[in-house]
Amino acid sequence: MSQKLTRESDVASGQPEPTPPPARPDPKRPGETIFRGFAVGAGIAILAILAAVAAFLLIQGSPALLADPAELATHGYGEFVEWVLPYVFGTVWAAVLALAMAVPVAIGIALFISHYAPRRLAQPLGYIIDLLAAVPSVVFGLWGSNVLATGVQPLFTWLNANLGFIPLFSGQVSGTGRTILTAAIVLATMVLPIITSLCREVFLQTPKLHEEAALALGATRWEMVKMAVLPFARPGIIAAVMLGLGRALGETMAVTMVLSGGRNITFQVLTSENPNSIAAQIAQNFPEAFGLKTSQLIAAGLVLFLITLAVNMIARWIVARRAAYSGAN
Amino acid sequence: MTTLSQTLASDALTSGRLPRFTAPVAVVASILVGVAIAILAADGNLAVAALFGFALYLVVMEVAARVVEGARQASDRRASTLISGAFILALLPLGSVAWEAISKGIARFDLNFFTMSMRNVVGAGGGAAHAIYGTLYVTGLASLMSIPVGLLTAIYLSEYGRGTRLARSITFFVDVMTGIPSIVAGLFAYALMGLLIGPGFKSGFSGSIALSVLMIPVVVRSSEEILRLVPNELREASYALGVPKWLTIVRIVIPTAISGLISGIILSIARVIGETAPLLIAAGFTASLNNNPFDNPMMTLPVFVYDSYARPGIDVQAYLDRAWAGALTLILIVMLLNLIGRLIARRFAPKTGR
Repeated sequence: MSQKLTRESDVASGQPEPTPPPARPDPKRPGETIFRGFAVGAGIAILAILAAVAAFLLIQGSPALLADPAELATHGYGEFVEWVLPYVFGTVWAAVLALAMAVPVAIGIALFISHYAPRRLAQPLGYIIDLLAAVPSVVFGLWGSNVLATGVQPLFTWLNANLGFIPLFSGQVSGTGRTILTAAIVLATMVLPIITSLCREVFLQTPKLHEEAALALGATRWEMVKMAVLPFARPGIIAAVMLGLGRALGETMAVTMVLSGGRNITFQVLTSENPNSIAAQIAQNFPEAFGLKTSQLIAAGLVLFLITLAVNMIARWIVARRAAYSGAN
Repeated sequence: MTTLSQTLASDALTSGRLPRFTAPVAVVASILVGVAIAILAADGNLAVAALFGFALYLVVMEVAARVVEGARQASDRRASTLISGAFILALLPLGSVAWEAISKGIARFDLNFFTMSMRNVVGAGGGAAHAIYGTLYVTGLASLMSIPVGLLTAIYLSEYGRGTRLARSITFFVDVMTGIPSIVAGLFAYALMGLLIGPGFKSGFSGSIALSVLMIPVVVRSSEEILRLVPNELREASYALGVPKWLTIVRIVIPTAISGLISGIILSIARVIGETAPLLIAAGFTASLNNNPFDNPMMTLPVFVYDSYARPGIDVQAYLDRAWAGALTLILIVMLLNLIGRLIARRFAPKTGR
């Protein structure tokens, strides 16, 4: 049985599993051995690259991790854990805000494409959403800081004035609109197509019989979606959200260009005192950094790598488990 | 299922239906009222108009449907409205980005922009030729490294390693690798070059290493999917004629799938050509044309956009104009690549199932 969602296409099309390859390459055919060797080598190279990413970050970041806190205070940015924690908070907080906005919209879009739009329009509409994924992140950053920030500033003022009693919207509202909420909106836009396309794929895999059974019992379309589609797709949705989270955590340019964040740990989303994300902190400081500071930024990158690695591995694990289960359907 | 039978017993099947023209009329009316409110209360702000119009439509249809059709139909209509609304909501940033990029980018989208570098340019004038060359070098080198590795891995996964433990772990880690933050890829390339050559070394080649880390998994995933679509009968027919496996792959499987492979590769190039953060770290900045990707920093188009925006000199507007022109160029390149990729995929779709 295949492990990936997308692999199920060949099961669905009723294709037989390929015949097992010959057990041992014929010694008279060196081409076979060489070609196979290249293919296996390429596969192993990928595993090696992934290991190398972790290894080289560790090697180059270790001076900062091992350095004396006093030395870090004079030649670096300060004691490592104490320095990096606010940025970890900023990274997670921005990603959570982005997902809170993106997930409902993404599920809605996916449902629209898979179950609501006329069937002939479904594919073009899917392409349109994919176009969002094609826009380079730097363009989104430019748009977020120059267009969106000024556009949402009046809304922020209104939120602050009328809903300021909610801690989230309290505090002194920013005059430029360049707050973590703006950055989160840009992030949400960027992760939207990823979550949408995964959810769409899962929604389309809902067994037709379940849907038809619900409709035959007199369910409205929304009841059918609630009873047949969403329960079936729940693990897929969770995986899609996790993958979106992984992307939002690591996305650099949106936060870098929209925010001039500091080391604030605050849940207020409308003020000009914003937390910064790890990725943005690296991008903003790396060009000027040297020596121990460079090591410290690389070590921060390692922290980011480990966080996203964990999130992605959990997501992929959910997908794999779900695919194995749904194969029985 | 209990909820269903309970609700079925109530009014649902016997209640009336709203006339078909209700929804379109309600849409138009809500938009008009929304615009009116916006003009009266918020200086004709379109966002306010849209928000009020949408809320009004929701309320009106909810009430009308609840009275005439019953609660179940009302919630069905509400869900349809919200779901369609989500789709329209997603079009807003797309439309806004496209509009702003075109209207603001067109100011400097001229011949100079594509023929001049930023060498000795302060304020207005200059162009992004050095960045465009850099992007071509860096992306080209990244493709040279990623495509063979990616393709061969896909061949291993789909032709040789099906179901083996190695193939399973490669698939898993390729998927994990698609989630590597781009800036981490840049740090990796920087750290690698720092160890191999010396600290602080930045070059176009480092940038392409970073891009390769991001590009390889995309190539593997798309190629593997396409290779799996090749009908097994073709392979078996080839084996039956005594053709060795590797020749079957080279002469039968790949030619059958070639359009899908090429389209996947083009899409993966489109995916990395707009990457900023890794190039910012690994390839660095420069104002001059650098034709040697193996030494000295090399400017690339995304970094050019970022740099013009983040550190403008005197006459900020000139730098901002260049940034938008660069953004427009980038969007056009990426859209063009996407279009070509999709056209190839559709025009020469794999000849399956015959």
